[in-house]
Amino acid sequence: MRLARLRARVMREIETDIIVVGGGPAGLCAASEAASAGAGVTVVESDLHLGGQLVKQTHKFFGSREEFSGIRGYRIADLLLGEIKERGSLVETLTNTTVTGYYPEDRTFTAMEGEESFFRIRARGAVVATGAQERLIPFPNNDLPGVYGAGAVQTLMNVYGVTPGRDVLMIGAGNIGLIVSYQLMQAGVRVVSVVEASSRIGGYWVHAAKIRRLGVPILLGHSIKEALGRDVVEGAVIMELDEKFAPTGAEFRVDCDVICLAVGLTPTNEILSQAGCRMRYVPQLCGFVAERDRTMRTSNPAFWSAGDATGIEEASAAMVEGRIAGLCAARSLGFPARMEKFDEYWARLDRLRGGEVGGRIRAGISAVTMEQVHDAL
Amino acid sequence: MTGMTYEEKVGNTVICRCEEVTLSEIRDWIGRGYDTVTELKHVMRVCMGPCQGRGCRDIIMREISQAAGIPLDRVEAGAVRPPVKPVKTRLLASGDD
Repeated sequence: MRLARLRARVMREIETDIIVVGGGPAGLCAASEAASAGAGVTVVESDLHLGGQLVKQTHKFFGSREEFSGIRGYRIADLLLGEIKERGSLVETLTNTTVTGYYPEDRTFTAMEGEESFFRIRARGAVVATGAQERLIPFPNNDLPGVYGAGAVQTLMNVYGVTPGRDVLMIGAGNIGLIVSYQLMQAGVRVVSVVEASSRIGGYWVHAAKIRRLGVPILLGHSIKEALGRDVVEGAVIMELDEKFAPTGAEFRVDCDVICLAVGLTPTNEILSQAGCRMRYVPQLCGFVAERDRTMRTSNPAFWSAGDATGIEEASAAMVEGRIAGLCAARSLGFPARMEKFDEYWARLDRLRGGEVGGRIRAGISAVTMEQVHDAL
Repeated sequence: MTGMTYEEKVGNTVICRCEEVTLSEIRDWIGRGYDTVTELKHVMRVCMGPCQGRGCRDIIMREISQAAGIPLDRVEAGAVRPPVKPVKTRLLASGDD
């Protein structure tokens, strides 16, 4: 009896060739690629379903056919899941499961399914594709009910079919602010205004034009001064900023019941830090990211990284980075990966990052790219 | 927050929601020379609640950078220890589900 109880107390442990932390676009591509070389892969996703942000993206992607142009985000998620299914038993997926930590001294991950099951995962290699988290900005009353992150609004509407309110003030005119504004209007919600602190629209013109055609003002050089309301959001004070982001003194009030913050994302990097990967703060990549070589391998030779966790970019780039990380991780573990794909993937990444828009990303990436330092494990 | 000046309202803004730490408290400690995230963690428990700093670390680093004149990429960001989200002690103690 006593022995039996003791045995039951030994923590469950999963063993796998490659653990992929995060089942979004980068993680799924990494898993598929590694499994196609014959590696056993365990994908661990904290959300209830795989696909990451793709599942709430109802807009069509741009670019070339190989980057899924003309296909809506949530359909791309379905395509990736189909690809994972083709890999059969080589890919195991765990949803509603969070990797809660990595312990370098034991080379062990811990994971929690829901809130009631806790276990260990041991892997020979890891691809960290943990994505990003939303930034918040401080302003008085920013904790009133009715202040949302744009990602939360997108989840409410596009995953659960719930509108967040009637009149939305959108803070931020990057792609997320613009796209979510349009989706709010598609759902019958009024967007009072989009305010943007900088003097230019950060997102693509095509997204900005859509909401301008529908009559929504985009106020550049403006920001939120404070939220108004006693128990819930009832309005906001908007202030004008000069080119150095200092208030000019001009301000006015708007009525709204939702304030939606689309002020940027920052890489989610806890597991990489815990693995001792050399990290660096890179403004162009929007936060702390791991140094890596062109195979997406970090300074810890058992860790690769891909997607927004390596720097905020679009899902198209995240998917290609995931493929590079999965391919190279499998090869380093001794699986017969088809390395001729490596150059093709890099050519695709270079195309995605071409042009003026990609300049910032290219600068950020060159700041954290190290010479290839490792070979096989 | 009625009756307060705007500056007072700004100072009263809660930055670390897990541990309910306001902007003015953070600015006070930075003013006393606590210009790393690790030191601020030790004195105020910021970044030590359920979200482990996902909501506030970024804002605190900007405050340190501005107040102490340290470029953002040089601001010490503090260690990120496991677990990254709350785990019931019972689970840790029993070792399994």
